[in-house]
Amino acid sequence: MRTAASVPVTAWIGFVVIAIYLFAAIFAPLLAPYGEAELVGRPFQPWGDEFRLGTDQLGRDLLSRLIYGARNTIGIAALTTMLSFFIGVSLGLLAVVRGGLFDHILSRASDVLMSIPQLIFALLLLSAFGATAVNLILILAIIDSTRVFRLARATAISVVAMDYYEAARIRGEGVVWMMRREILPNILPPLIAEVGLRFCFVFLAISGLSFLGVGIQPPTADWGSMVRESATLISYGNIMPLLPAAAIAILTIAVNFVADWFLNQTSGLRDAK
Amino acid sequence: MPSNAPSPHHTGDDRLLEIRDLKIEGQTDGIWQPIIHGIDLDLNRGEILGLIGESGAGKSTVGLAAMGYVKPGMRFTGGSVNFDGRDLLSMPDKDQRRYRGKRIAYVAQSGQASFNPGYRLIEQTVEAALVHSVLPRDQAIARAIDLYGKLSLPEPEIIGFRYPHQVSGGQLQRAMTAMAMECQPDLIVFDEPTTALDVTTQVNVLASIRDIVQEFNTAAIYITHDLAVVAQLADRIKVLRYGREVEDAETQRMLSDPQEDYTKSLWAVRNITRTERSSDDIQLSVKNVSASYGKTVKVLKDIDIDIPKGRTVAVVGESGSGKSTLARSIIGLLPPDNGEVLFQGDALPPSIGARSKDLLRRIQLIYQSPDTALNPRQSVGEAIGRPLEFYLGLKGRAREARVAELLNLIELDESFAYRLPGELSGGQKQRICIARALAANPDLIICDEVTSALDQIVQEEILNLLIRLQEELGITYVFITHDIAVVRAIADEVIVMQMGKVVEKGSRSAVLDNPQSPYTQLLLSAVPKMDPGWLDQVLAERSK
Repeated sequence: MRTAASVPVTAWIGFVVIAIYLFAAIFAPLLAPYGEAELVGRPFQPWGDEFRLGTDQLGRDLLSRLIYGARNTIGIAALTTMLSFFIGVSLGLLAVVRGGLFDHILSRASDVLMSIPQLIFALLLLSAFGATAVNLILILAIIDSTRVFRLARATAISVVAMDYYEAARIRGEGVVWMMRREILPNILPPLIAEVGLRFCFVFLAISGLSFLGVGIQPPTADWGSMVRESATLISYGNIMPLLPAAAIAILTIAVNFVADWFLNQTSGLRDAK
Repeated sequence: MPSNAPSPHHTGDDRLLEIRDLKIEGQTDGIWQPIIHGIDLDLNRGEILGLIGESGAGKSTVGLAAMGYVKPGMRFTGGSVNFDGRDLLSMPDKDQRRYRGKRIAYVAQSGQASFNPGYRLIEQTVEAALVHSVLPRDQAIARAIDLYGKLSLPEPEIIGFRYPHQVSGGQLQRAMTAMAMECQPDLIVFDEPTTALDVTTQVNVLASIRDIVQEFNTAAIYITHDLAVVAQLADRIKVLRYGREVEDAETQRMLSDPQEDYTKSLWAVRNITRTERSSDDIQLSVKNVSASYGKTVKVLKDIDIDIPKGRTVAVVGESGSGKSTLARSIIGLLPPDNGEVLFQGDALPPSIGARSKDLLRRIQLIYQSPDTALNPRQSVGEAIGRPLEFYLGLKGRAREARVAELLNLIELDESFAYRLPGELSGGQKQRICIARALAANPDLIICDEVTSALDQIVQEEILNLLIRLQEELGITYVFITHDIAVVRAIADEVIVMQMGKVVEKGSRSAVLDNPQSPYTQLLLSAVPKMDPGWLDQVLAERSK
């Protein structure tokens, strides 16, 4: 049985960090001393009692912006990941159930999308359609869904080879039942592990795009653009850009800790020792 | 020439292996649980010991322990394994390795899984001899070729230079025996070496193994679940169950006068007898059906058979004979190239997609392996309840009640509805598969090797259940099997297939007792009988 004691320390650290981030994101208005876009002081004020982490180039409280940033960046990343999984898993399973030409067309289409570097492709589309939050979510979700499609299709194919799948076919079940009841429950563990990993990539992509100026738009606080806005300060020995960068890094590592643990659990790697 | 009955060809206390109070534990979910509860085993030089029992009895574990080895996830917790005067368990791994392959060898169940596909057979045959510096390379190869010849492999000079995929399963199994014999070990552990083979191949492999073991006076532990097979080889038989010894006796005595109830029950399937019935009312008829995979491989050639209503028709043949393909064609998974299947007088649409729900309901299929036939994420209640809802529109209470009824029908408690397949034994799972088929109220059930994956005793239970259900519900069975004992137990009519063709059909008594085609005769003669002299008889008859 899986008991709490058998969960490794790294996974616990991951859980705790994620919980803190979620807490900050959900209760941002209560936790943050100032508003997200509020000009509350002079630019570049140092750390002190009034502004715990100082102020940015416009005189906004950096701590408040970090807390609000959690909300925006994580929220958009979570939405994007969910959407990309919805698209990827649905199409992946549909491709397997239908098979034949349908599978071929979908698979080749996903190959084409995957052959273009993700960040550059997203940059291109966002410049073309306009850098709004909705566009950001849609474009990243669709690009990312190709990876999910691959995984869902590959894992589903091994289920389709099983007798119980054939038994359901002989029974005359429809496509939706096949996808939802016969395949999905059996491929869920690797998919959930993948959610953790893909979330990190989406998160980094959003931060990257924001850093490049086509992601989440000012004055909305988000970690990627916060790094960009203060990036030059690093040359003057100011650690301000490192704070949002660290926020990104720590969350990514935490999510990976949890995902690794889950992957080990489900793939049986643990038993191989 | 081998003697007529395997007589003890050892003398006195020429003790080779002595296992005392062997205890082994295995790890499941992090908890160590005992698997072997103190087993004693003695083996003299040149003696063959048969180790039998159902799966999970601990036969393989004991066999490996005789080499001082346990599989990963297991550990020795007590006892000793004395091989030629030295305790294997107390010596360091490095010393144990000097014994393995050289003085103790192992022959595994599946040649396909045990040979490295990337090396030629001969390389793998001589490997142990070279590693242990028993022989220089050229002599090792010469001995391997000699052994191939002794094991009656075709073209012994050449066959070693083939890759594992280029020879048949039976030949691989003999090559593996050659590999084990290469260092002329004192002891060979055979772990179900013929279980994966067809009966006609099994005879040859058995004869080869017996001759060569006798020639070199090698001691052997022969692990199998088939009493008839072990009767041909063993001097002595030890029966295991749940990691304990049930009975240990000389082969002759074990067969003629078993002491324990459990040992007696191992004959179980052979005890079912059922009077043969005939019927003129045709449920299903297959008319000149041919089918192929892809466009080139023709698997069914002009099959023409009738299945009478309410009766059991056994379709018999070896692997590759097309009997499962025939089932797939009837069920609609593989539409025939030409010919048609008539069900209750009307032509069946060739593919599943074209059949109505009601038609699908009337023909059900039960699979060989209940492990893969049940969705591991669906509870028993869902598995049985789905066809009720899907075909008959039962919902809520009505559905629950019918699931409980069906569970009673297959002699399981109603509480099973909430269990997942992973919590059930193989026999219970197969019962659930039967209940799932029954849920549809079918007219015809195709049983595809439904008892092959099960232990002897469980087989008997499942067969009795199927017989009872047929009597109560009047269902027609098409029973695909390679096991003649099963055919004898339940069939009314028999169809024998070979290479995609029907070679013989008729009533059970006609086909089994008075076979006309040479292939049926060969097939029947190859089925091991519970008689130590059987193998000699068969070999004598063949050489005529």
